[in-house]
Amino acid sequence: MTETKLMKGNEALAEAAILAGCDAYFGYPITPQSEVLEYLAREMPVRGGVVLQAESEVASINMVYGAAGAGFRAMTSSSSPGISLMQECISYMAGAELPCLVVNVNRAGPGLGTIQPGQGDYFQSVKGGGHGDYKLIVLAPSSVQEMADHVFLGFDLADKYRNPVLLLSDGAIGQMMEKVQFHAYQPPRVDKSSWATIGKPKTRSRNYITSLFIQPEQMEQHNQKLEAKFRLMRENEVRFEEMNTTDAEYLFVAYGLSARICQKAMDISRAKGIKVGLLRPITLFPYPSKRLAELAPQLKLVLSVELNSGQMVEDVRLAVNGKVPVEFYGRMGGMMPTPESIAEHLETLIKYHHDN
Amino acid sequence: MLEELIVAGFGGQGVLSMGMTLAYAGMVEGKEISWMPSYGPEMRGGTANCITIISDNKISSPILSCFDTAIVLNQPSMDKFATRVKPGGLLLYESGTILRPSDRKDIAIVGIPATAEALKMKNARIMNMIILGAYLHLKPVVSLDSILEALKKVLPEKYHHLLPINEMALEKGEQLIHELEEPVMLVC
Repeated sequence: MTETKLMKGNEALAEAAILAGCDAYFGYPITPQSEVLEYLAREMPVRGGVVLQAESEVASINMVYGAAGAGFRAMTSSSSPGISLMQECISYMAGAELPCLVVNVNRAGPGLGTIQPGQGDYFQSVKGGGHGDYKLIVLAPSSVQEMADHVFLGFDLADKYRNPVLLLSDGAIGQMMEKVQFHAYQPPRVDKSSWATIGKPKTRSRNYITSLFIQPEQMEQHNQKLEAKFRLMRENEVRFEEMNTTDAEYLFVAYGLSARICQKAMDISRAKGIKVGLLRPITLFPYPSKRLAELAPQLKLVLSVELNSGQMVEDVRLAVNGKVPVEFYGRMGGMMPTPESIAEHLETLIKYHHDN
Repeated sequence: MLEELIVAGFGGQGVLSMGMTLAYAGMVEGKEISWMPSYGPEMRGGTANCITIISDNKISSPILSCFDTAIVLNQPSMDKFATRVKPGGLLLYESGTILRPSDRKDIAIVGIPATAEALKMKNARIMNMIILGAYLHLKPVVSLDSILEALKKVLPEKYHHLLPINEMALEKGEQLIHELEEPVMLVC
């Protein structure tokens, strides 16, 4: 049997990176994700791989660009302000079709904000934090086990689509300890010789990595190629978890830490006879819009619960397209909604919608 | 079995390691566990706390607003968390540090002079293990054997020579409960 370990989310993620065959990690310390760099700086030199503390987040992500361009499995991690600094290069990597894993252990903002957990980076993550038409596959772990699992998945998806993958966690999932198991994994052999800058044999022309296409015709053609990829992601990579939806009249939609808190809120409401279920998006892009639309006819009310001022709620509204009222509940600034307060808010809303 | 516990006190009192030891012990026994620390500047001398959940079933929210047990090691933590103990729950505190315990009548409130006892044992840092021993005697959520197993993982190997004194501290905590003038009545 696989050994069970007790680890912090950040440590589990770092261990998973090593087991996933990450060749190179570039990072710069920031709370609440510094354990990732600490763990890898201790372990990777012994177990194989490059760990480098760069002079800044901008440098980190550009080093990832270089390593990915040379065909290596590369990653970086940071927290919200640091991830903002990386946005330019993330756009470049999407444009240049370079696979990599970027980890954001979300803290509350804007600006330097606080070091406490938040989900205020939802828009930045799924709507394109950098410039231009591009998408990242965005994975949202809600447990220490998923902090590990999503690293393997993230690297594989990055290679599959030649696109950066963003693992969007938060300070609480990063800092908390839970049981975790690492399953056997063999990094797939991906043939990158057709595009990576790994040395030019005489038999082919030069591989050239760029996001620059000066001719509008060429640029649009490249855009269309990228869009085709994003369409494939929407068709094939939607992931979510459902709880108690079979008989649900009400639905919580929440990801990451919020989804964990909503599970307890769901138990509290169910004990009072309120038929509430939970839909937890695991991929924030592509979003489980289709499933939400399917559930809409049976629902009287949907409540999006987030650690921000209401961001994902917009995607929930788009998905159900007016078929059911969609409300929002959240806390900001690193404050946490309690399970009781979520259950109470749901009850208030049910009464309000019943009376009106 | 479900135990929702918060341990709170000053940074450096062994608050986080007490919760972590319990979490490891829960894992040793094959239980579900979650350990959620407060983190940040409070680690450097301010107040620290951790929510530890031990359960037979999968754990939903790692963040809670009320607790079966609160273990508090300083006055600010007593003031903050005494009101958050569920009726019938346990409020365990360090009686040398905390001079104004809660006056709630619907919970069991137990004070242990763990700091003084630790000093008698010539190691102030085992105060948290004395408290833990007292707690486990009142609420045997995990066995003492599992705690000793857990300590081997929580303590870095270079500190393993301290395992015997930690064990003595756990036993001292149990003994202090026996020496209380009034027996502790726990509802849950």
